[in-house]
Amino acid sequence: MKPLFLLLLITFSSCKEDAKPTAKEYNPNTAPVKNKTVDLEIYDYKGLEPFLNKKDDKTYVINFWATWCAPCVKELPYFEELNKTYSKNNVEVVLVSLDFPKQYEKRLKPFILKHQLNSKVIALNDVDANAWINKISPDWTGAIPATLIYNKDKRAFYEQSFNYDELKTEIEKFIK
Amino acid sequence: MEKFIKITVVAFLVFTVSAFSIKKEKGYKIGDIATDFKLENTDGKMVSLKDFKTAKGFIIVFTCNTCPYAVAYEDRIEALNKKYAKQGYPVVAIMPNNTEVKPGDKMSAMQQRAKEKGFTFPYLIDEGQKIYPQYGATKTPHIYILEKTSKGNEVKYIGAIDDNYQDASAVKERYVENAVDALLAGKTIRVKETKALGCSIKV
Repeated sequence: MKPLFLLLLITFSSCKEDAKPTAKEYNPNTAPVKNKTVDLEIYDYKGLEPFLNKKDDKTYVINFWATWCAPCVKELPYFEELNKTYSKNNVEVVLVSLDFPKQYEKRLKPFILKHQLNSKVIALNDVDANAWINKISPDWTGAIPATLIYNKDKRAFYEQSFNYDELKTEIEKFIK
Repeated sequence: MEKFIKITVVAFLVFTVSAFSIKKEKGYKIGDIATDFKLENTDGKMVSLKDFKTAKGFIIVFTCNTCPYAVAYEDRIEALNKKYAKQGYPVVAIMPNNTEVKPGDKMSAMQQRAKEKGFTFPYLIDEGQKIYPQYGATKTPHIYILEKTSKGNEVKYIGAIDDNYQDASAVKERYVENAVDALLAGKTIRVKETKALGCSIKV
C-alpha cells in the first residue's frame, strides 16, 4: 500500500511540475507570464514602453539590472530602501531584469524569492537592443547597471552605479 | 571685491560646464584616428597594431571572460577572426576590466579561456586600464573597426557585433561583417554606429 501511495505522490507532483510555465514556453508577446511562486511579467520593448512613460503623479525609478551583474546586485538594496522610504512621496521603483530567458527559472525567480524583493520586478526580453536602447535614452551606451528616473515633468538617465546617498540626492530633485 | 567674486563664479561655471562637455565627448567618433598600444597577449608576448604589417585594418573587440554578453559572443568573435584575418582584418581582443574587481578576468584566467575556446586572435590585457578610455569603450563586448590609412588607423564602425545577443542562429543583421565587407569592397558602410547591451567595464 505504502509504495503505491508514494508512486501516486510522485506522479502527482511531476504532473504539477509539468504544468508550470517555463522559460522555454515563453512566447515573446506582451502578455505577462505567471508562475506559481513568483509572478514574473516578461516584456519585449513594446511591452516595456508604457512603464517608461506614465503620466500620473508618481515618480518612477526604473533600474536595469541582472542577477549576474555584480555592481547591479550590490546596489539593489538601495533601490529597495528607496522604494520603501519614499513610497509616501509617491515614488515607485521598478527593477527591469535583463537576465537571459534561460535563467528566469534557474536564477532570477530564486533570486527574487531569496532576497524577498519588494519592488516590482519585470523582465525585458528583446534581443534587438540597438533598436530600443536609444529610445530609453540617447545617453545610454548599453552598459548595466543603468537607471531611469522620471515623472510627468522631468526625466534623467544614469549609466552608473548608485549608493543610497546618491540615489536620495537624485530622487529629491524629482519629488520637491 | 564683488567683481572678483563674479569673475570667480563665472570662471567656475565655465569650468564646470566644460568639464561636463568633455566628459560627454570622450572616446572616438567615426573618422577619428585610433591610438596604437603595446599590450600583453595570453602567450606572454607584447602586441601592437603596427606589428600587423599586411593588415588592411582591425576588428578591435573589448571583451572579457566574466560578462555573459561577452561569453555569448565568444564563438562569433572567433568566427570573425577566421573569416576576416586572411582578408586583412584580424580581430584584436582587449580585456579592459580591473582584475582586482573581477579576478575572473586576470591574465591566468584569460589564458585558460583562450586555450579552452581555441582563440586564434590575440587576447590582450589592458594593464593599467589606459587604452579603453581613449577608445571610449564603456562595456563588454564593444567593437571598433579600424581601417589603416596614411593618417593612421581610422575608426570606421563602433558598436555591436550583430542584432541578437542571445541566439547566433537567429541573427538578422551582421553589423560587423557588413562593415568589413563594405571596407573590403571599397564601399560606404551603411550602419556606422550601433548600440548593444553589455557589462560596464569594471574600474
